[in-house]
Amino acid sequence: MAKQAKRVKSKYTKARFKRELPLHLMILPGLILVLIFSYVPMGGLIIAFQKFIPSKGMFGDQKWIGLKNFSYVFSLPGFSRALINTIEIAFWKILFGLLVPIVFALLLNELRGRKFKKAVQTIVYLPYFMSWVVLGGIFHDMLSPSGGVINQLITALGGKPVFFLGDNRYFQGTMIATDVWKNFGYGAIVYLAAMLGIDTQLYEAAEIDGANRWQQTWHVTLPGIKMIVVLMTVLSLGNVLNAGFDQIFNMYSTSVYETGDIIDTFVYRLGLLDAQYGPATAVGLFKSVVSTLFISVSYFLAYKFADYRIF
Amino acid sequence: MKKSKGRIAFEIINVIVLCTLSLVCLFPLLNILAMSFSGSSAVAAGKVLLFPVDFNLYAYEYVIGKSEFWKALLRSIQRVAIGLPLNMILTILLAYPLSKENSVFRMRTIYVWIFFFTMLFSGGLIPGYLLIQNLKLMDTIWALVLPAAVPVYNVILMLNFFRGIPHELEEAAEIDGASQWRICFQIFVPCAKPSIATLMLFSFINHWNSWFDGLIFSNFPSNYPLASFLQTVVVQRDMTLLSLEDWQSMAMISDRTVRCAQIFVGIIPIILIYPFAQKYFVQGMTVGSVKG
Repeated sequence: MAKQAKRVKSKYTKARFKRELPLHLMILPGLILVLIFSYVPMGGLIIAFQKFIPSKGMFGDQKWIGLKNFSYVFSLPGFSRALINTIEIAFWKILFGLLVPIVFALLLNELRGRKFKKAVQTIVYLPYFMSWVVLGGIFHDMLSPSGGVINQLITALGGKPVFFLGDNRYFQGTMIATDVWKNFGYGAIVYLAAMLGIDTQLYEAAEIDGANRWQQTWHVTLPGIKMIVVLMTVLSLGNVLNAGFDQIFNMYSTSVYETGDIIDTFVYRLGLLDAQYGPATAVGLFKSVVSTLFISVSYFLAYKFADYRIF
Repeated sequence: MKKSKGRIAFEIINVIVLCTLSLVCLFPLLNILAMSFSGSSAVAAGKVLLFPVDFNLYAYEYVIGKSEFWKALLRSIQRVAIGLPLNMILTILLAYPLSKENSVFRMRTIYVWIFFFTMLFSGGLIPGYLLIQNLKLMDTIWALVLPAAVPVYNVILMLNFFRGIPHELEEAAEIDGASQWRICFQIFVPCAKPSIATLMLFSFINHWNSWFDGLIFSNFPSNYPLASFLQTVVVQRDMTLLSLEDWQSMAMISDRTVRCAQIFVGIIPIILIYPFAQKYFVQGMTVGSVKG
C-alpha cells in the first residue's frame, strides 16, 4: 500500500517535473548570464578586503588585509568631500525632481486645447531620451563663459559672464537645474495618467457645489493624485546616493572637484585611473550597501503605504 | 458658462508659461542644429540663435569624411544588431515562466528573487570591470552586449503584462496539446505586441546612448561605439581623434561647428524613432502596480 502510494507520488512528481521542464529551460540562459555578470561581480566585492594585485586574477590568491582599505579611503579628504557632495546634489535633485513635474502636470491639466497639450508634451519629453554625452556637449557650448548663448544673454543684460561649469559657486546649481530640465517632462507622465483616471463626475459635483477651478484643483485633482505622489516620493528615497554619474562625469572638471566630485566619479578615478582597485572597491561596497538599505526601505514603505507591488 | 476674468487671465498666463517651458526644452537642440549649419565666424561672433547664418554643409562634410566616425557608427550598429534581439529574447523567455502562478511553477519565487536582487544590489564598477578583463572580453562587442543582456526592469514590465492575459487562452491551448514554448511564442507574444514594441524602443535607445561601457571596456579608441566616440570628441574635446590638423585651411568650419554637427548626427536616430517611442512610452513608465 505504502509502496503503491510512493510510486503514484513519484509518478506525479515526474509528470510535474516534465511539465515544468520547459519553464526551467526558458529561465536557464538568462539565469546563467545574470549569475556571471551580476553575481560574480558581487562576489568580486571581496577585493575590498584584500591587497589586490591584478595580475593574480579576480579570485586569485590575494593577501587579506581586513578593513585597511576602508580606513585608508575613509581618511582621504576626497572621500568625505565626495560623500557630502553626493548627498547634497542628490537631495536637491530628488526634491525638485518631485515638485517640478507635479506643478507642470497640474498646469498641463488645465489646458483645454488638445493639440496644444500634445505639442507641449512632445517637446518637453524629448530631452529625456538624449544621453548626457550629447547634453553635456550641448551645455558645455551653451554655458561657456566665452561665446556661450547664456553668457551672451547675461552680458547683453548688463551682467558679468558666469563660468557655470568651472566655478564652485555655480556648479551644483547647474547640475540640479539641468537634471530637472532633462527629466521633468517625462516625470510628469505618471501624474498626468493619474489625473486622467480621476472621475469627471467629481468635478461636476464640485462645480454644482460652487467650487471654482482653484478649489477644484485643491479638493479634487490633488487628492486624486495623492497616492501616486506618495509613491513617487517614497521610491525616490532609493536615490540618496545617486547624484547622477553620467551627468557629472560629462560636465565636471578639475576646478570643480570641490563641489562637484561625487562618490561615483571618485571611485572611477581612484579605481580605473589610479588603479587602486582595493580602496576603490571598498568605496563601491560602501555605496552599494547604503543604497541597498535605502532602496529596500523605500520599496517596503511603498508596499506599506501605497500597496505597491513590483511583481 | 461664462468664464470669470481671473480664469481668463490664468489661462493666458498658463499658455505663456507652457510655451516658455517648451522653448526652454527645445532651444538647446535647435541652437546646436543652427550652429552646425552656420559659418564659423558667425558662430564665433555669437550671431546664431535659432536659424543658421551663412548656411553651409562643410561641418557635416568634414564629419562624414572621417573614417573614425564611420568606424564608431559601424560599432554602434553592430551593438544594436546584437544587443537588441538578445535583450528581447531574454526578456520574453524570462517573463513567460515568471508570470506563472506559484502552483504551476514551484521554483518561481526563488527565480524571481534571484533576478530582482540584482536591482537592489550590485558589485559596482571595479568588480564589473575586472570581470570583463578576466574573461578577456576587452575590446570585443560582447563586453558591450552581455553585461546588460538581461534587462531585469523590462522583464518585470513584461511579466506584469503577461499576467493580464486571460487564463482561458492558455488553458484552451494546453487542452489542445500545445507545449509551453508554443503557448509562449504563439499566444503570449502576439498578445503582447505593443509592450514588446515599447521595450524594443527602450532597448534601442539604451544601446545607442550607452557610452561609459564603450569607454572603459575598450583599450583602443578604434573600438569605441559612436556614443563613446562622441564623448571623447564633444565632452573631453580630444581633437586628436578627429585629426583636425587640416581644418584651419577651411575658413567655414571651426572645432565648434564640427562638434555641433557631431552632436546632431549622434541624435538623429533618437529623433527618428522618437515619434514611435512617444506613442508607447507611457506604458513604459509604470512598472509594478498600485492596487486599491
